[in-house]
Amino acid sequence: MEAWLLIAQLATLAIILAVIYRPLGDYIAYTFTSSKDLKVERGLYRVVGVDPTREQTWGAYLRGVLAFSLIGVLFVYALQRLQEVLPYSLGLPAVPEGLSFNTAVSFVTNTNWQSYSPEVTMGYTVQIAGLAVQNFVSAGVGIAVAVALIRGFSRRSTGTLGNFWVDLTRATFRILLPLAVITSIVLIAGGVIQNFSGFTEVTTLTGGTATVPGGPVASQEAIKLLGTNGGGFFNVNSAHPFENPTPWTNLFEIVLMLAIPFSLPRAFGKMVGDNRQGYAILAAMGTLFVVSLAALTTFEIMGSGTGTQLAGGAMEGKEQRFGIAASTLFATTSTITSTGAVNSMHDSFTSLGGMMTLFNMMLGEIAPGGVGSGLYGMLIIAIITVFIAGLLVGRTPEYLGKKLGPREIKLASLYILTTPTIVLVGTALSFAIPAIREDVEGTSIWNPGLHGFTEVLYAFTSASNNNGSAFAGITANTPWFNTALGVAMLLGRFIPIVFVLALAGSLAAQGKVPVTAGTLPTHRPQFVGLLVGVVLIVVALTYFPVLALGPLAEGLQ
Amino acid sequence: MATNRGFARPYWVAIRYMIVATVVLGIAYPVAILGIGQLALPAQANGSIVTVDGAPVGSSLIGQSFTDADGAALPEWFQSRPSAAGYDGAASVGSNYGSENPDFIAEIEARKAAIAESDGVAEGDIPVDALTTSGSGLDPHISPEYAYEQVSRIADARGLDEASVRQLVDAFVQGRDLGYLGEPTVNVLQLNVALSQLVR
Repeated sequence: MEAWLLIAQLATLAIILAVIYRPLGDYIAYTFTSSKDLKVERGLYRVVGVDPTREQTWGAYLRGVLAFSLIGVLFVYALQRLQEVLPYSLGLPAVPEGLSFNTAVSFVTNTNWQSYSPEVTMGYTVQIAGLAVQNFVSAGVGIAVAVALIRGFSRRSTGTLGNFWVDLTRATFRILLPLAVITSIVLIAGGVIQNFSGFTEVTTLTGGTATVPGGPVASQEAIKLLGTNGGGFFNVNSAHPFENPTPWTNLFEIVLMLAIPFSLPRAFGKMVGDNRQGYAILAAMGTLFVVSLAALTTFEIMGSGTGTQLAGGAMEGKEQRFGIAASTLFATTSTITSTGAVNSMHDSFTSLGGMMTLFNMMLGEIAPGGVGSGLYGMLIIAIITVFIAGLLVGRTPEYLGKKLGPREIKLASLYILTTPTIVLVGTALSFAIPAIREDVEGTSIWNPGLHGFTEVLYAFTSASNNNGSAFAGITANTPWFNTALGVAMLLGRFIPIVFVLALAGSLAAQGKVPVTAGTLPTHRPQFVGLLVGVVLIVVALTYFPVLALGPLAEGLQ
Repeated sequence: MATNRGFARPYWVAIRYMIVATVVLGIAYPVAILGIGQLALPAQANGSIVTVDGAPVGSSLIGQSFTDADGAALPEWFQSRPSAAGYDGAASVGSNYGSENPDFIAEIEARKAAIAESDGVAEGDIPVDALTTSGSGLDPHISPEYAYEQVSRIADARGLDEASVRQLVDAFVQGRDLGYLGEPTVNVLQLNVALSQLVR
């Protein structure tokens, strides 16, 4: 029964995404190839002091990304520290330094890890003027970097990749903002609230009191999902009935998370002048998504584990209106994009089910991944795949008419190594340093035994991959986690971006290699299969040992 | 000097950009959505409030507990699912228990025993949603099975005949969206409001 429900849901989702693939992908491609600026954009460029016609080298583009992100961190940090004097703060005090740092980094890096409980920490002004603004622009940065990489492939013999400020502006104001306006109204129609009422007390039927929370939730919810951010207005995120009231809003929210990441391959194909290349990338993403979803759902329906069996099913941490199928679809979507929103508590999933959400992030969030970051991540894997295929036949690898020499392969390899290094080092340090271990085990870990280890592994995997979901039993508002996860998020976001832009620069500088009979075709099922294989092998080799220490061991007990 | 200006330049642009972005995305956008929501969809935008005789008794989307002041379940009301948040609308939270957590196992066992006693059913017949806490701690729904399971206790406590309480539940069973999205539900607050009017 659950299986059929899942298949019907998945089919609906696939049809919706198929319908928007071309128009949205084409629109994105048009947005970044059009030479015309809108009148309001010209006004914006004048105010901020940007010459939109000025092309940037990869270095200048990168400096724009880094400067903008640093200023973003400072803005969000300052707003939190000033909360006490801001309007609509619900009487909440200033956010403490460590937590402010962690949260500012978290939202600027598109992670949206939340070490805090929003209801009792963040007033409305910090939420809308601080956090939600980053929901837009951090997603805009991701799209901009992906577009710069695409231009690396599509341009020939040039030193420039476009203009960061123009790309950021177009991603934010031509793509994200219009979609957010429309979809937040749909969410309100479904029951998501949008008010500034604070908490309202009512007298219940039994004569007791109940609290009804308020807040500008719908406007936040729409961009939280569209930008694959994931930071909830409420502590329990999209499990909260005011963030996700019904099964249909649940599916709608899943569509929002996937719309842009799954349409970007179309924009990519269009911009490199061969739509089939986009379909190949899409096919690899879709395959990984469906297989992962099937595995997670199977584990949850099987419902193994002592407590789960005793209760009669894996419903701990799941909402009645969603049940298993709508929870696993949301969980897969959220962790395999870089969203990190949850509509059920991953910590309470079965051991192997919880492992699948970890695994999705360990894939590097490329199936389809976050807005922008998913596409550039997948293109890096495509480069590695072409390289491996080239080794097999003894030819210099080429992808989309560009030679992949030592410099390109080095950059791609460094990209692949960055995140796992941060994840594994961070997790290891949590247990290797005695003082920290004592704090981690005494204060932070919630569930005893192997599950507690998985909570720490999950935290570093989520932060380093800029996902933001959690095995939420963990208490992360401690000096160690606020600092270490903050650093993990920064490194996990910006080091890969450095490599991507450097790679884009070196690709753009090349001419185009003509296609010959010996060129590996990268639009055929054979390549899709290779690509999926390389993803799985890289992830398995990197993470199998650490998975064996946590969820695998627990699940196979 | 020229290189200094070149280095600092993106930071000045970024500061000005952040100010503009904050005004447009952080203030104008949510306020515009607020206006649209309050004008076009006020009931939803303000929390889908349920009223009895004009007085608000809660939100149809936010679960409540139907207990006495000490937190003991009142047998004359349909009971919501267990909640890690104690149905505090200002502090949504899930239990985050892993399946092997001894506390979790003990809680399931305690709930089984309590419901078997209060509702007069075999432990094995208790629906899973009655034994497990939700993700939000504010789940407004129970399964139709759990609602029907409580009928005889409620009829007993209120001196009603079971058939009329059962009929009431029938009327409040909400199927899956579009027939296949999510799970069938019964909204506990709405059901209890109707139940209180049935008595009158």
